[in-house]
Amino acid sequence: MRITLTVNGDRHRLDVEPRRTLADALREDLGLTGTHLGCEHGVCGACTVLLDGEPVRACLLFAVQADGCGVDTVEGLATPDGTLHPLQEAFSVCHGLQCGACTPGMLMTAAHLLAVEPSPDRERIRAEMAGNLCRCTGYVGIVDAVASAAGVMAWRPREDHD
Amino acid sequence: MKCPPFEYHRATSVDDAVAALAAAEDSKILAGGQSLVPVLALRLARPTVLVDVNRIPGLDGLDVRDGVLHAGALVRHAALARQALHPLAAAAAASIGHAAIRSRGTLGGSLAHADPAAELPAVLRACDGAVVVAGPDGTRRVGADALFVGALQTDLAEPEMITGVELGVPDAWGFAEFARRHGDFAVVSVAAARFGDRLRVVVGGVAGVPHLLETSAPSGTGALDEVAGALADDVDPSSDLHGSAGHRRALTRELARRALADVITEPAREPT
Repeated sequence: MRITLTVNGDRHRLDVEPRRTLADALREDLGLTGTHLGCEHGVCGACTVLLDGEPVRACLLFAVQADGCGVDTVEGLATPDGTLHPLQEAFSVCHGLQCGACTPGMLMTAAHLLAVEPSPDRERIRAEMAGNLCRCTGYVGIVDAVASAAGVMAWRPREDHD
Repeated sequence: MKCPPFEYHRATSVDDAVAALAAAEDSKILAGGQSLVPVLALRLARPTVLVDVNRIPGLDGLDVRDGVLHAGALVRHAALARQALHPLAAAAAASIGHAAIRSRGTLGGSLAHADPAAELPAVLRACDGAVVVAGPDGTRRVGADALFVGALQTDLAEPEMITGVELGVPDAWGFAEFARRHGDFAVVSVAAARFGDRLRVVVGGVAGVPHLLETSAPSGTGALDEVAGALADDVDPSSDLHGSAGHRRALTRELARRALADVITEPAREPT
């Protein structure tokens, strides 16, 4: 089936089987392997992307359902010159990752959280990040990173980052 | 795992969806997909046709008329959690899964899936609600007490589709649940709704269908404990990996106390 996806602002036309998940279409058809797959049945959160600005599990959505929609993935967080998004900086500085398998989903979930709630407290961050599983960090570094990025984003002019 | 192959039909209207459902031997409605797609990915089901109802216009409305919330079947949990027209439905929807689940999952889908531990079936029953169902022979209205037949089983026939949901807006309400982890299905949940002097308290997670206790709203000292105790005696839970029957009964009592705290007003205690 022929569909159109606008991923990180770029329009793509592709031909997919109906059972192709959005996660597989991003990774296999568009080569955007930043979106990771863990469980492939909606539990781990690694594949979280934004669909028209709302967080979704890309493994629980067929690409045909996203036809005509806008998708934001982890590849769209850094600026084109390679400057990291404040969340990416903060995950690095605060040791919010080790193996990195969960990190793209963590970043997109956090990006949505800070877009709708710019200064969440630690309890809110924990609750909102609970749908993303990490087997390395024990989560403390992740909560630190989101809290720290929230502070930076509140202080720094935001034209460079969405 | 990857999902098994299926044919995909993007419905343009309710009639189109019902016709597509009726035309295929083993068809399924694809709404939010937050329960169906895991089932496909685990290959527990192999429907031949998925009828995607997400783009049918006009099924995402929210409107209160004569004390009843009329909601479209495609209202997402996130939208239900944000609205102020029906605070009990909002509180229950906010307890579902995580943000990424709530942005896709739908009210109609949750009711049609009829998971015994899910929040919205309990709310539908607590509010003595109903679903509006479209099928090949026209539309019909199914009350909450008749809709849920057993675990994951409803009164709906294969080519039927929930198009709307009616939820009475209670005069007072409460909701409480206990889950092993944040965002998990609840081990036990309690939804309480008072309409005038009628009290409906529903427990999820203790039977195949949401368990209802209907009583006249009591008042006076000890009324809260009386109803919570009656409810704990009334349920007949079974044991599984997530908790023993005794644990579920204890949870029923405690969560009922919490859910009823704003519903039953006891006279203020005399200072001692």
